[in-house]
Amino acid sequence: MVRRDRVATGVGAVLLLAVAMPVVSMVLAIWDQGHDELSLAFLLQDPRQAGQAGGIASLMISTGWILAVCLAVAVPVGLGCALYLSEQVPPGSRRERGLGFVLDVLAATPSIVFGLFGYQFLAITLGFGFSLLSGGIALSFMVLPLMIRSAEQALRAVPRAHRQAAAALGVTRTGWITRILVPSAAPGIAVGVILSVGRALAETAVLLFTAGYVLRRPDSVMDSGRALSVHIYDMAMNVPGGADRAAATAVVLIAALILINVMIRGLIRPSRAGGHA
Amino acid sequence: MADRWLHRLLWLSAMLAALVLGGIVVLLIGRTAPFIAQQGMELLARQWYPGDGEFGMAAMIAGSLAVAVLALVLAAPLAVALAAWLRYFAPGWLRRPALALFALMAGIPSVVYGLWGLLVLVPWINGWVPPGASWLAGSLVLALMILPLALLVTDAALAQVPPDWLHAGAALALSRVGMLRRVVLPHTAPAIASGVVLQFGRALGETMAVLMVCGNVVQWPGSVFEPVRTLTANIALEMSYAAGDHRIALFASGLLLMLVTMALLALSWRLGRRHHGTA
Amino acid sequence: MKQPPTLELDDVHVRYGEHAAIAHASFRVESGEIMALVGPSGCGKSSLLAGINRLTDTIPGCTTRGTITLDGSPLGQWPDAASLRRTVGMVFQQPNPFPLSIHDNLRFPLAEHGVPRRERDERAEQALRSVGLWEEVHNRLGRSALTLSGGQQQRLCMARALVLEPEVLLLDEPCSALDPMASAAVEELIDSLRGRYTILMVTHNLAQARRLADQVTVCWVDNDCGCVVETGGREQIFTRGRHPVTRAYCAGECG
Ligand SMILES: Nc1ncnc2c1ncn2[C@@H]1O[C@H](COP(=O)(O)OP(=O)(O)OP(=O)(O)O)[C@@H](O)[C@H]1O
Ligand SMILES: [Mg+2]
Repeated sequence: MVRRDRVATGVGAVLLLAVAMPVVSMVLAIWDQGHDELSLAFLLQDPRQAGQAGGIASLMISTGWILAVCLAVAVPVGLGCALYLSEQVPPGSRRERGLGFVLDVLAATPSIVFGLFGYQFLAITLGFGFSLLSGGIALSFMVLPLMIRSAEQALRAVPRAHRQAAAALGVTRTGWITRILVPSAAPGIAVGVILSVGRALAETAVLLFTAGYVLRRPDSVMDSGRALSVHIYDMAMNVPGGADRAAATAVVLIAALILINVMIRGLIRPSRAGGHA
Repeated sequence: MADRWLHRLLWLSAMLAALVLGGIVVLLIGRTAPFIAQQGMELLARQWYPGDGEFGMAAMIAGSLAVAVLALVLAAPLAVALAAWLRYFAPGWLRRPALALFALMAGIPSVVYGLWGLLVLVPWINGWVPPGASWLAGSLVLALMILPLALLVTDAALAQVPPDWLHAGAALALSRVGMLRRVVLPHTAPAIASGVVLQFGRALGETMAVLMVCGNVVQWPGSVFEPVRTLTANIALEMSYAAGDHRIALFASGLLLMLVTMALLALSWRLGRRHHGTA
Repeated sequence: MKQPPTLELDDVHVRYGEHAAIAHASFRVESGEIMALVGPSGCGKSSLLAGINRLTDTIPGCTTRGTITLDGSPLGQWPDAASLRRTVGMVFQQPNPFPLSIHDNLRFPLAEHGVPRRERDERAEQALRSVGLWEEVHNRLGRSALTLSGGQQQRLCMARALVLEPEVLLLDEPCSALDPMASAAVEELIDSLRGRYTILMVTHNLAQARRLADQVTVCWVDNDCGCVVETGGREQIFTRGRHPVTRAYCAGECG
């Protein structure tokens, strides 16, 4: 190899190390700070004294509710929109480009703007208040483009030959979509759902003034509740000496995200081996 | 019949997606238009004393730009260099684990980046030049956050380079550095720029990480070691107690963020289209 | 002028992992002669060429065995692939000029190989003249090479190989992506290079091989592995092939 290329190879390796170092530092520092707090009790108890004592059980329940609401909105609307894109509008048409524009803008919109919108429209105008419902719906708006694009990709990957075969058998459009198209795209759609869950779990800014800060165990979706990510922020910034518990919560959150990552890899591999990087 | 109903249902869900965007824009404009009309240039000229009815955002706009621009300056060259390195210089076995590392980085919640910044980065900068929570801290954390996606975009752009050119380069025994500089990067520059612009938008819109490490003092960004407050952090900090005009001012800053995001998106499209046009 | 070297292959194998693309290839290209390499698709002709200038090094899992010599000195003992590839130029089936100006397509390789700036323009002009492109392009050297026609692009690629002053040329189906007119121009060009370079050329066009080549080597696929069937003078191969495969192959296409 030419000398210049050898130099470049070395420089690149140094750069990679320079990037990997903070990431490793991040994982180590957070584990280091948080692992003393981690215990079964931490997972099973509700927080006390503004989170300075107790665990995170009620927060996990709130997070679960928020996710459930988010998926209950994002999955049907997202799948419907993806089907509309892949089945109803001709490729390259104005409607397709218009909807594509909407999705691109939504995907680029800062999450704090979804927070503002959720607060004003859901909590105030619709009267949902600071609640898991408001938070979940606001979050669903944010993950919608991700959900739609991945479902659309999965639907478009179904071979067109299947449709001709179905049409030749006189299957209706409804039959084609519900019996053949969606079931064969199901693994890809599931990847989209899991990706959306990951994005929703990681989000904080949308929830700050939609779902609220309340530490209590929620009784219904109309109650206010605090998500894990919001808890990390609040403990780290607003509670003196809360860094340990913030870090412990972060460990739990990262563990959940890694689990999701593993699930996605498991789903992608059998259906399209080698397709994804 | 069934087909008609299904069609309507799908149409409805597509409309819902469009309505969300329309709703956001209409709501932000609707709530803030009279306020913006009434305040006019005051929004830029004044200081930020919401208690006294002064809503000047210039310092925070500058703060947002400063943090995002420095993050971009740090992350974009690094992302391009690393993507090119992984594709053309690194040993083959390294590619998969390295891409896995970047996928992991992309998936870490921003609040965790912020926590790391607070626990490690801010004390470290503080030991060097106090107070630690600063423009620099925000830009470093943001750079780390946008690096993986900028890298993946660059990698996708490099994948589009015709292999014929690389074969020709190899047969002529040209150095890979030379090929990269003269042939590959000029050809892919528009596509890379298009992706990098999007990441700039993401840096501008990021809230949590910046909120946790920037110090949040409303002041013009002077030195990288001084605290700044961004528009996004301001919304997150003050929304919970703001009322009246103060609240509307926060909505106005949200509208500004939204408009800047859309402008950046348009720029990204233009760059991307140019690339497709000449390819 | 210095005599171009003799290229000799002795029992050369090229494998991709476990799969041998071509095995037991032995033949000799005399100084300044044109050798045509013919044979069915997939019999390993391109792989063999890539093995000669060590382009196979850049493909993971690809290995070359056997001895390849230039004037008796084995290529395996050359210090580095760069100097080897400068001595052994190569032109591909698809014209692949860089997306630079016509001029820079020639000056960029020269710069990369450390040729002083003041010599570059002169050598670029020489190379363009020797492929007969100078008259056509001398007043638009700054234009993108991608604006040239396919035939012009291929001749530019020849010029780009020649500008580094190689002694051996490997041509991999240089005319097959071109229309008959452009193909004739490139063929004429190759003919004009006879004597100055030792040329090994892959072609599917037997009529072209018969017009251009001094020697012809016939390859074949046997048990999913390419092999050399026979080497001989042009007329001998086309009219009195010793091997039945040669006779069938030439009969099939010369009719
Ligand atoms: N990069 C590669 N990796 C693995 N196998 C390869 C690679 N390139 C070529 N092969 C295999 O090697 C064999 C010979 O290919 P090669 O391209 O050398 O044939 P060829 O004689 O040049 O054919 P053609 O006349 O079509 O160009 C084929 O079986 C092909 O599948
Ligand atoms: Mg070939």
